[in-house]
Amino acid sequence: MIELPALGWQSIVIFVVFALSLLIATYCTYAERVIAAFLQDRVGPDRAGPYGLLQPLADAVKMFTKEEFFPGGANKALFVFGPCLAMITALMSSAVIPFGNNMSFGNNAFFLQGIEVNIGMLWVFGVVSLGVYGVMIGGWASNNKFSLLGAIRAASQNISYELAMGMALIAVLMISGTLSLREITLQQSVAGEWHTWNIVKQPLGFIIFLVCAFAETNRTPFDLPECETELVGGYHTEYSSMKLGLYLFSEYVNIFVVSAVMSVLYFGGFNFPFQYELRDWFVNSQGWELASAQNLITLLGTVGLFLKIFAFIFFFMWIRWTLPRFRYDQLMRLGWTILIPLAVFNIVLTGGLILAGVI
Amino acid sequence: MQLTNRAKKLEKKPMTLAERAYLPAIFQGLSITMRHFFMKKATVRYPEEVRPFAPIFRGLHVLKRDEQGRERCTACGLCAVACPAEAITMVAGERKKGEEGLYREEKYAVSYEINMLRCIFCGLCEEACPKAAVYLQPDKIAPPRYERDEFIYGKDRLVEPVSPDARSVRGIQLTADQADTLRARMA
Repeated sequence: MIELPALGWQSIVIFVVFALSLLIATYCTYAERVIAAFLQDRVGPDRAGPYGLLQPLADAVKMFTKEEFFPGGANKALFVFGPCLAMITALMSSAVIPFGNNMSFGNNAFFLQGIEVNIGMLWVFGVVSLGVYGVMIGGWASNNKFSLLGAIRAASQNISYELAMGMALIAVLMISGTLSLREITLQQSVAGEWHTWNIVKQPLGFIIFLVCAFAETNRTPFDLPECETELVGGYHTEYSSMKLGLYLFSEYVNIFVVSAVMSVLYFGGFNFPFQYELRDWFVNSQGWELASAQNLITLLGTVGLFLKIFAFIFFFMWIRWTLPRFRYDQLMRLGWTILIPLAVFNIVLTGGLILAGVI
Repeated sequence: MQLTNRAKKLEKKPMTLAERAYLPAIFQGLSITMRHFFMKKATVRYPEEVRPFAPIFRGLHVLKRDEQGRERCTACGLCAVACPAEAITMVAGERKKGEEGLYREEKYAVSYEINMLRCIFCGLCEEACPKAAVYLQPDKIAPPRYERDEFIYGKDRLVEPVSPDARSVRGIQLTADQADTLRARMA
């Protein structure tokens, strides 16, 4: 029997999550290109390896071997620190996401989760908000007007949309009564029922959260910070080689994290329909032990969560190659005069429904 | 001012609630892109996959031989005169005794060069040729090269190979018979 101290198990989970987010971000670059191509009746990269699967590797080699350029008058320390911060914050936020239920080996039970804390949601929001500093510092340190404009846009956009996002989240928290992501996930599973996901109770809140998620990750139609038609390259105009790579990479890690958060908050996290029936069937009909049946369900749930995450990532890319970019005043109007009042209305509505005992 | 009767009168109506809500239009757009996701792709994976040429396609030139494997070209220069891009140059020479198996007429092209970067593949050389020597092949194109001078095709690359087992002497492909003749003469 494997005997692991709890901390050891956690560090393994963290390491796996870290490696997985990097791997997924790597293949997001490939997926983005292939999906873009398919949506435009092309085939995308297919030269490097079978189906072009080694393309991310080739891209990485390209990124690493490119010239490392520092613009004149740039603040060197901050210029390097910007992309590092963007990457660090992007990677940190996945630590609290419950990627699976508990596994048990003998007397030891573990959560498939980096850190289980009762402020999980706050942690995600705090760290994700820090991410904008990476963009801001990088844009400011470049000593370039376009970069600075991109950075300012990123900052004001993130602040504006964080408000609506937070208020959409409040409605979820009113239902769940906890900030722990694991608790929120477990509340969405009731034996014998499958329509217990929060999306059923919070459709409006989910739409608000989704739109804000696009703005927070600087994705089209809200990718104004790197708006190439107006700002050359936005905040990463002056960046080259792997520093640029880190910025691009952190965007994909952010998409992965925000997809995971949305799956957990609204789509039942690691729960999947008929999981209890399946577990009981293994125990009763197949004569499995309860613990091993539960382990299997946990693994299946992890697979299910990743399927949800991939579906969201696909949706992000699908939107990117469908919608054109917003104008900046339209972006601000959408954020302040539509999404925030809608979010407030959603809170009132949720409160009313809770008082009425409907949800 | 009305120029045609085709002008359409457009009225700017206030947007309906569905239009102002963005979402229906977004779903419409998403369904369009998703339809394209499953459509047949337009890409031709070129080196592996080649699009069929039209039967009258004018591609890379070839200098033909006659039935006995002799070069038909007599270096009359009509092709060079006809060429609108001035891509063809040649040097004429007199056939010596013993070379009857190599060249059809008493005069032949010692060198014959076509610059494929200048050539516009119009086919006028083919029309001008009185000896039916130069043709534009319907199934071959000039492959890409790194250097400009590699696009100047000499006789070594233009003259039609005689047979699969043809030998090359100084870049010019010959039949086994011709090669023997040449070797005997040189010895």
